[in-house]
Amino acid sequence: MTALTYEQAMEQFDPVFGIEVHVELNTATKMFCGCANEFGAEPNTQVCPVCLGLPGAMPVTNEKAVESAIRLGLSLGCAIRESSRFARKNYFYPDLAKDYQISQYDEPTCFEGSLDVVLDDGEVFTIGIERAHMEEDAGKNTHKGGTGGIQGADYSLVDYNRGGVPLVEIVTKPITGAGARTAEVARAYVATIRDIVKALGISDGRMEQGSVRADVNLSLRPKAVAGEDQDAVPFGKRSETKNVNSLRAIERAIHHEAARQAGLLLAGQPVVQETRHWHEDTGSTTPGRSKEEAEDYRYFPEPDLLPVEPSRAWVEELRGTIPEHPAKMRARLKDEWGFSDTDMRDAVNADALDLIAATVEAGAKPQAARKWWMGELARTANDRDVALASLPVTPAQVAELQSLVDAGTINDKLARQALEGVLAGEGSPREVVESRGLEVVSDDSALEAAVDDALASQPDVLAKIQDGKIQAAGAIVGAVMKATRGQADAGRVREIILQRAGVDG
Amino acid sequence: MSSLERADVARLAALARIDMTDDDLDRLSGQLAAIVDSVAKVAEVAGQDVPATSHPIPMSNVHRPDEVRPSLSQDAALSGAPEAEDGRFRVPQILGEEA
Repeated sequence: MTALTYEQAMEQFDPVFGIEVHVELNTATKMFCGCANEFGAEPNTQVCPVCLGLPGAMPVTNEKAVESAIRLGLSLGCAIRESSRFARKNYFYPDLAKDYQISQYDEPTCFEGSLDVVLDDGEVFTIGIERAHMEEDAGKNTHKGGTGGIQGADYSLVDYNRGGVPLVEIVTKPITGAGARTAEVARAYVATIRDIVKALGISDGRMEQGSVRADVNLSLRPKAVAGEDQDAVPFGKRSETKNVNSLRAIERAIHHEAARQAGLLLAGQPVVQETRHWHEDTGSTTPGRSKEEAEDYRYFPEPDLLPVEPSRAWVEELRGTIPEHPAKMRARLKDEWGFSDTDMRDAVNADALDLIAATVEAGAKPQAARKWWMGELARTANDRDVALASLPVTPAQVAELQSLVDAGTINDKLARQALEGVLAGEGSPREVVESRGLEVVSDDSALEAAVDDALASQPDVLAKIQDGKIQAAGAIVGAVMKATRGQADAGRVREIILQRAGVDG
Repeated sequence: MSSLERADVARLAALARIDMTDDDLDRLSGQLAAIVDSVAKVAEVAGQDVPATSHPIPMSNVHRPDEVRPSLSQDAALSGAPEAEDGRFRVPQILGEEA
């Protein structure tokens, strides 16, 4: 069997893919009990009889989680079922305290949607959404002994703090027609879901922390021969690669699976329908449990929970809270702000878009807002190794800082010092400017005195300027700025020097 | 004709992690089939106009507000565990299955 590249696989076969995305909701409490839904607590301190699955404990649905699920469904263009119910999905695994997971089966709350995703070159691809349903997360296993992985472990330890945390699982229809752009489309789809949940404010959308997790299904079928309809060619056997948890990994996993399956098919070997594990380090997959065993979940309606029947009025009210599609919003902002493609892409990649928007909202010009967030503040965030949004400065403060610059109260250099003060918790930009005495000195008599002092200490400069070497004035400007600790208005200083030399600026 | 075969019971037992002898399977497949067949009679009586019922009480939308309530202490949570370590439940090795 020869190793193929993704591109070679795409020349020979037509890919069909599907993605399941799990979104962890940022509710205050779990799906079916009042335990805190918060990451990072001591193990088994956010648990109760309900999420530990103790006998007799009764689950009750979290209203906020239902609301979040409906808003997400509406954002995906889904219909909201008038009556939906929960179901038990039965399987044994130590991270599942009850030996079943409460999920939804035949009556998911959200179904039949579609989502447009925009690729890097602007091409729009429509993804069909099968359903979006509510369920609960499992606990966390830590494998002990061996190499720390599940293989060869002596035993495992279980922390149920995450058990019962609300999830929405979004399942696509089988996606055809993406051809060689399949990996890109898959990546753009998950990125769009992430952006939507963040815009809705229902999840922090952080893939690296597992708040958004994806399983990628892929199969290959022969390319249609001339005159044949590609849609009429039956699907091949698919693999499901679990827990592909970064945007880059989604592309890589599709590249790997397409090449692997194409290699098998070209060698006349079958593709086995199975679950596969993704290995980030090697960029490859290995087989997991066999599918026929795994699929026998014996779902049945959850008797302990009553149906969810959102009123049409409530659904319409929630529809009114749905933010603009992230791609449309970006296109609109790019136009409004006059950003270049690069400006826009950099701001998106730095997670700065919301911050810039809020700064503009607070009165700053878009380019000025961009300059602060993508310059000084991005560097500070990078140095401190924190997200831009977690810096201790608000968009309103950045707008205030820029307004001080625009008014001539401070120059860029002083503004950076003022920002330092804001980041150090010294107060608002205006307060820092006052307390640190950062205002630009534009009082002419003070500046004239400083210029005269500087000229006196560098007596040859005036002659140089009079000889036409106007750039020599730079040395005096520098000396004055130094003497005034950067607070002089450099433009005014230059004018005064030229006056002294009797030269027109 | 029985709706539940011996092989079905063996499979359910395996899925439920219950060890069953051949005798158990013989005996239970007969008994369980009788139960399943009896319940199935309901379907004969209920016509198309009777929707399937999963909840006998006509209630819906019983939710709770998203407010944190006290959890158990770690000691209390682990008090029923056969084995615990590092504040976690200790369970036997998990083989042949995935994380």
